[in-house]
Amino acid sequence: MKLTEEQVRYVAGLANLTLTEAEIHQYAHDLSDILTHIDKLNELNTDGVEPMAQVLFAAEETATLREDEPRPCLTNAEALANAPVSGQGYYKVPRVIER
Amino acid sequence: MNIPSLTISSVRKGLADRTFSAVELAQEALAFAKAENPKTNAYLTFSDERALAAARAVDAKLAAGEDPGVLAGVPVGVKDVISTRGVRTTCGSKLLEHYIPPYDATAMERLEAAGGVMIGKANCDEFAMGSSNENSAFGPVRNPVALDRVPGGSSGGSAAVVAQGTAVVSLGSDTGGSIRQPASFCGCVGVTPTYGRVSRYGLVAFASSLDHIGPFSRTVADSATVLTAIAGRDSRDATSALHEVQDYAAAMQQPLQGLKIGLPKEYFAGLANETGDRIQAGIEVLKQQGCEIVDVSLPHTEYAIEAYYIICTAEVSANLSRFDGVRFTTRSAKAETLIDMYKNSRGEGFGAEAKRRIMLGAYVLSHGYYDAYYIKAQRVRSLITRDFAQAFEKVDALITPVSPFPAFKLGEKVNDPLQMYLSDIYTITGSLAGIPCMNVPCGTTAEGLPVGMQILTKHFSEDLMFRIAHQYEMSGGFSA
Repeated sequence: MKLTEEQVRYVAGLANLTLTEAEIHQYAHDLSDILTHIDKLNELNTDGVEPMAQVLFAAEETATLREDEPRPCLTNAEALANAPVSGQGYYKVPRVIER
Repeated sequence: MNIPSLTISSVRKGLADRTFSAVELAQEALAFAKAENPKTNAYLTFSDERALAAARAVDAKLAAGEDPGVLAGVPVGVKDVISTRGVRTTCGSKLLEHYIPPYDATAMERLEAAGGVMIGKANCDEFAMGSSNENSAFGPVRNPVALDRVPGGSSGGSAAVVAQGTAVVSLGSDTGGSIRQPASFCGCVGVTPTYGRVSRYGLVAFASSLDHIGPFSRTVADSATVLTAIAGRDSRDATSALHEVQDYAAAMQQPLQGLKIGLPKEYFAGLANETGDRIQAGIEVLKQQGCEIVDVSLPHTEYAIEAYYIICTAEVSANLSRFDGVRFTTRSAKAETLIDMYKNSRGEGFGAEAKRRIMLGAYVLSHGYYDAYYIKAQRVRSLITRDFAQAFEKVDALITPVSPFPAFKLGEKVNDPLQMYLSDIYTITGSLAGIPCMNVPCGTTAEGLPVGMQILTKHFSEDLMFRIAHQYEMSGGFSA
């Protein structure tokens, strides 16, 4: 599977990534290489095989559920401490809606 | 005190005999680690304050005649993808250079509750993605055994601190081999437990269905003790297992007589090199211990890398979407609109490998490709898991290599991502199945580079895995 630079730009958009022209060129090459290798999976007939999303082992069905009880969480100041820009107890981002 | 030769039991004895206090040990370990670190760049941050506070707590318990815990006073290195309250956690990424977690990972909490003393955060590939530790934004780690070589990855720093002697044990994380492969390159013990055995709460997510936390150490007993301390159910991680935690160190004294050990033929084809010779010598040691060696087949092995790099990148593209310039410390200065803020913050913040995997993941999940790639890979994952289940009907454990070659030179594979991915061939299968697997050293090449042997057992059979590893170590296997 070959990926064109145009497809790389499209995928970068899906992934919310700004890439330089040099990166686009590089990733078109790298991803094509990797995807060509990955095409090997098509040799394998997987009809009727269940997809495995998670490691499974024997456990009771509701074993991972707990009571929904309130408990302490981070304070507002702790939650905001790593924000690049915050104010008045909120995260700040560039204006989304024009007045 | 000779810091590099300490073990958990020698620390316990030193504290009990009053040869040193926990605070004295922490101070000396910190001083030694800081002096040695420039050689390898294995630590990114030293946590003096936290180490001394933990050591004082141990001394206070000892003075009061209370049990200070199984890891009392033991200097520990913690991989920098594991959240540590108040101590910078970079994930090896420029994007998180100044990130200070407001809470501890469960594994960290349990480590400290058992008396462990974290002295610093260990370098790693950015967001734990890599096989050489060359993807760290803060420079590569050098292998303490041969400074011109990589320590392996992604937990390269965690392996290096143990091999270098600047920590007694360390915590790493493993998604496709990131504990076992660096352990094999640096010549130490590295353990990937059953998926869900150790809570992932506070482990910065890479690929959630594959991420594991596990220990590194210089002896099997030390990894067994650490795992016993950090394992177990945690209500903050819904995938953490309810199965009772065993005392792994106590379970490993029994001889190996009569055990059936399988050698999967797919792992030994094309291994006619020094690595293969060392592993054959290791298998010989197990034979002498009374193990019956049986050939087995894991027929879908050859599809594992392809399935893995679809599944893990798909999960990466979802997990790393949280780094968008809003909550986590770094925002592009060039952002005027919201969407540009996302795109530029991510474009400037992530390194090359992180971007490559995000892109691959976004592609395989995108409209029209989801079934062909992602669902297909999940079906293959089922087949690989079934292979193991069938093999374990015939044998108690499997022995394989960890890496097809010993530590390579810095820069040797960095420009060829596909070759780098292919080097994970022997570790990825166990990760996909979620079974316990570990590296034990088995001698060195003529050049003096460590070779590692992998032991794999059934889900939650860590006791058997440690028993094989320990008996192997006791019968001289590490230098086989």
